[in-house]
Amino acid sequence: MAAGVLRYQPLNLARWIIWGGTAVLMAALPLVFTQGFAITVISQMGVAIIFTLSYNMLLGQSGMLSFGHAVYSGLGAYIAVHTLNLAAKGQFWMPVSLLPLVGGLAGAFFGVLFGYVTTKRAGTTFAMITLGIGELVGSCSLMFPDFFGGEGGITTNRVFGQPFLGITFGPAIQVYYLIALWCIASMALMYAWSHTPLGRMANAVRDNPERAEFVGYDTQKVRWLTLIISAFFAGIAGALTAINFEIVTAENVSAVRSGGVLLAAFIGGVGFFFGPIIGACVFVYFVVALSVHTKAWLLYLGLFFMLMVMFAPGGIASLIMMQVQLIARKRFGRIARHYLAAGASGLMVLAALILTVEMTYKISVDSATGTLMKLFGMEFDAAAGTAWAVAIGLWIVGGWLFNLACLRVARVWGEIQTEFVEGRA
Amino acid sequence: MSPNALELKAVRKSFGNTEIIRGTDLAIPRGERHAVIGPNGAGKSTLFNLISGRFPVNSGAILLNGEDITGLKPFEINRKGLSRSFQITNLFYNLSVFENLRCAVLWSLGYRYSFWHRLNGLREPQRRAEEVMHRIGLTRRRNVAAGVLSYAEQRALEIGITIAGGAAAILLDEPTAGMNRSETAAAVELVRSVTEGKTLIMVEHDMGVVFDLADRISVLVYGEIIASGRPEEIRANPAVQEAYLGALHKEVAHA
Ligand SMILES: Nc1ncnc2c1ncn2[C@@H]1O[C@H](COP(=O)(O)OP(=O)(O)OP(=O)(O)O)[C@@H](O)[C@H]1O
Ligand SMILES: [Mg+2]
Repeated sequence: MAAGVLRYQPLNLARWIIWGGTAVLMAALPLVFTQGFAITVISQMGVAIIFTLSYNMLLGQSGMLSFGHAVYSGLGAYIAVHTLNLAAKGQFWMPVSLLPLVGGLAGAFFGVLFGYVTTKRAGTTFAMITLGIGELVGSCSLMFPDFFGGEGGITTNRVFGQPFLGITFGPAIQVYYLIALWCIASMALMYAWSHTPLGRMANAVRDNPERAEFVGYDTQKVRWLTLIISAFFAGIAGALTAINFEIVTAENVSAVRSGGVLLAAFIGGVGFFFGPIIGACVFVYFVVALSVHTKAWLLYLGLFFMLMVMFAPGGIASLIMMQVQLIARKRFGRIARHYLAAGASGLMVLAALILTVEMTYKISVDSATGTLMKLFGMEFDAAAGTAWAVAIGLWIVGGWLFNLACLRVARVWGEIQTEFVEGRA
Repeated sequence: MSPNALELKAVRKSFGNTEIIRGTDLAIPRGERHAVIGPNGAGKSTLFNLISGRFPVNSGAILLNGEDITGLKPFEINRKGLSRSFQITNLFYNLSVFENLRCAVLWSLGYRYSFWHRLNGLREPQRRAEEVMHRIGLTRRRNVAAGVLSYAEQRALEIGITIAGGAAAILLDEPTAGMNRSETAAAVELVRSVTEGKTLIMVEHDMGVVFDLADRISVLVYGEIIASGRPEEIRANPAVQEAYLGALHKEVAHA
């Protein structure tokens, strides 16, 4: 027993370092990225982290594939925005900093309501019913303009009343820190949830619902309770969105949002707790940051998602964990230079892709202003043969080198795995 | 309280037009080790599925400690103190051996759907899971995912999950199927020790195991119990020899 206790010590220490580091990082980010746009991006990342983690409570932890998770964040956002407007009118006392709790409770309420229907079944049936509920709420948003605000949505002003300790939530940086606080609290709570009896039984129900029934658990209830808790955190994310943008529209409950969070979770990796955190950041980067630079951002996102599903179905998190395994067993050095080669040639392929896509966009969509364009700090004519020749050259040479490098990586990887197996035998 | 741990009254079950269980009556006193034997396809597993609530019965009644449990859900029956294993291994494949066993004890220890307890802070589930893990000889494999265990290890874990919750009535469906001689011997000792003071109902093809473990035996043929009695009575019963034991002995001789 004593040995068992001792064995957990370093793990606990590592946990403190990871959580502490995350908190410090979140506090320090705005000091590094000081431009207004960067604050917008990291604020949205914070919200997306909460939303994607809450989604993965269903998908990764409990095996529930939902196509309608935006229902909970969106309705949470609506309730929050109405609450905010009433509080601003002086109907009751409600500080902005506690508004996410209102959103969370609203999300949980709709989780109780809709979850009762959706979680009756698991698997494909569950997925189909969530799709139906998503459509239902989506159509309601057009039918009840008083609540949903019709086309224009519901607007609000997060600055009202007397400032508290100088905090008005007027400046974006103050909103960022509010989001950061709620984000770290939500992350910690969701992590804690995964280590409770309900959290563990959710894993069991994911793996084998039938056996879970034969050890005394009503699988329907496990799914329902899990969904309610997940909807609570989704509602928190929704309320933070409302505070951040000061507007909530039908887009907040839409299938597009629901699809986005599925994408984000998958890209990050649903098999590890931290996967969705990475996925959320990557996703926001594509949607918010990349969309400023290129009209083709959706195409890049789609391509990236496709490549991930095809070649790394475990997401970025599983790729990381594979390297951690190599590092822990002191084999990383052997494969690192092959990674470097693959990375360098991969960049060539990426450049070829970007060149091709951007030139195509320039010619087909954006040619009204002429075919002159700027890319990688160079100015050239998208209609000229030389630019296309460069692109084709990059494709051929880069593709060939990349292919070679990947074969190398695969071979060395295989060798190392064989050594592991032999080492064990 | 009824002296019988389990009682079946005129239980019938059909799949489509085929009646698989045809009016079975069975009474198993508390504390007895009871074996159900019969040829392949006789309906032994189906009988277990009916008792444990996996399938509904078409007619008849099932009583656990005198209480009618007909039509209850599997988890309700489990909470009343009946636990079963499966002929085809049925585990939480992505969870470790230890987590499999801990999941199996949580309800019985009263933690239900708690999301306010920290699992690793709970001593009793940990202790119980570790104790069962030790008993089934899988302590070395504590952190290995159930899905990658060897077949014999998976069978041991199957039994472990079944007994971990401390149910008073235990149903084991072919616990030694596919095991070699030494594994079988170990499994028999395991079953004997873990069912001490409990009611055991077991489907088993290995006659050595049956005659070794069982206080009484029932013979199921084509959905009907043709004989029920002490091992020596069953061995001497001409109808049983005709319908089952003879055939089995021939099979063994051929093999
Ligand atoms: N869910 C089901 N649907 C349809 N038929 C079934 C179902 N389950 C079992 N059966 C049929 O019922 C009969 C009895 O099956 P059962 O599995 O109970 O036999 P068994 O006595 O356990 O045989 P074995 O010794 O091979 O395990 C078989 O003919 C089987 O095909
Ligand atoms: Mg069977």
